[in-house]
Amino acid sequence: MKHIKTLNTQTLNNTVKKGGCGECQTSCQSACKTSCTVGNQTCEHSK
Amino acid sequence: MIHQYQNNGYNIVLDVNSGCVHVVDEPGYEVIACLNRMNENQTVQTLKEESTWNQLKDELEGKYSEEELRDILDDVTELTENGQLFVVDTYEPFIGEVIKRKTVVKALCLHIAHDCNLACKYCFAEEGEYHGRRALMTYEVGKKALDFLIANSGTRRNLEVDFFGGEPLMNWQVVKDLVAYGREQEKLHDKHFRFTVTTNGVLLNDEIQEFINKEMDNVVISLDGRKEVNDRMRPFRNGKGSYDLIVPKFQKLADSRNQERYYIRGTFTRNNLDFSEDVKHFAELGFKQMSIEPVVGDESDPYAIREEDLPQIFDEYDKLARYIIEKDKKGEGFNFFHFMIDLEGGPCLYKRLSGCGSGTEYLAVTPWGDFYPCHQFVGDEDFLMGNVNEGITRPEIADEFRCCNVYTKEKCKKCFARFYCSGGCMANAYKYADGLNDSYDLGCEMERKRVECAIMIKAAMADEN
Repeated sequence: MKHIKTLNTQTLNNTVKKGGCGECQTSCQSACKTSCTVGNQTCEHSK
Repeated sequence: MIHQYQNNGYNIVLDVNSGCVHVVDEPGYEVIACLNRMNENQTVQTLKEESTWNQLKDELEGKYSEEELRDILDDVTELTENGQLFVVDTYEPFIGEVIKRKTVVKALCLHIAHDCNLACKYCFAEEGEYHGRRALMTYEVGKKALDFLIANSGTRRNLEVDFFGGEPLMNWQVVKDLVAYGREQEKLHDKHFRFTVTTNGVLLNDEIQEFINKEMDNVVISLDGRKEVNDRMRPFRNGKGSYDLIVPKFQKLADSRNQERYYIRGTFTRNNLDFSEDVKHFAELGFKQMSIEPVVGDESDPYAIREEDLPQIFDEYDKLARYIIEKDKKGEGFNFFHFMIDLEGGPCLYKRLSGCGSGTEYLAVTPWGDFYPCHQFVGDEDFLMGNVNEGITRPEIADEFRCCNVYTKEKCKKCFARFYCSGGCMANAYKYADGLNDSYDLGCEMERKRVECAIMIKAAMADEN
């Protein structure tokens, strides 16, 4: 595509199929204790 | 739902419901904006309609050639067909599953010491006391908390325990004993404990450092940045600043962990709205993993962030984002926690819908063994959920938290960042807005800006490669 560059192929919809195991880190156990930053956590299976 | 913005020379189109990020040129940016204005719910079918093409031509033909417009419209149609643009939000039905699922407890924030050797002016724990009395958790209480976690964690293998305070190093022997107990129990129950500790560093020494490096998955060390900034808000009880004592210890600790699995974490307030300078200061001190968060406080607090501060804060985030890109190009990159975003391997939809997990998967435990939904609710009796002896005695509190999500919060329904913050911090919503199902507006504004910067950084990095 000449005008559009897409950065990611993974879509949220795709994560429904294999998601939900709950093994990933709780967001407030990382570095935030006063805000919520779920989106920057990493899926346990992609490590 | 589409969110478009321009930052640092990049034209970015975020397709909110798929999470796809598109970097586009100027004509592409305008065409997508025009199509979105025509119909927010474009489909392959509507994009192929003659009327769409005619309207697009009417609006942009003077500016771009017909061939160019046709090219872009074809690209947009292809992306829509592939589920990467104009994706409809079909996730709401999953909320039922998220709410009904039997949650297990997988993380505890152990308030190992309600006492502190610093007197930070913005402390939500009120110098460690949490509206209560000074207290240290006993080994017995801590052991029961770990037993509770194991017993209530179902099939989850990875269990997280954060030693928090107050200042946890003031009760270090109990921390060591609990780690030993956890290591013994994890073998018996096929679990794995991920221990972490959050410390101000005052009592840090070689022996403690060695133990932390051996046992702790992550360590959060608190420093606000430049000496004058840190010492103004993080003094000892006698008023003396803490910077000179703790910085060399933190540098040593970070190096001893190969600059990994730690965060140097600060808080910015109204007193240092130029906080990008504090992040730079961290980088100059050699730190590679860092976080600086906005202070959360009542409007009446002189240091609290106000709405009028937002333009400067946004400007600082932009500056910081550009600095990160520049450092990365020089091979001197570092991680800024709030700009970290994993576009390919980020959290699954369930995680994004269930939010931070407070009150359900994540609980705080006081020194005397009481459970609260999270560390920020500790001391508020309305949220006392139970204790280590009796377990959860008020499950209705867990239910209330479980039912809170981006579809029950009106403001989230319209927000492009909803799948990144997952509804935001429950404690902030409760304390500084109209309750758990509301949102703390100032926090939301800053979160949206951070998400925009984080995505822009990804665009810039993709450009480099």
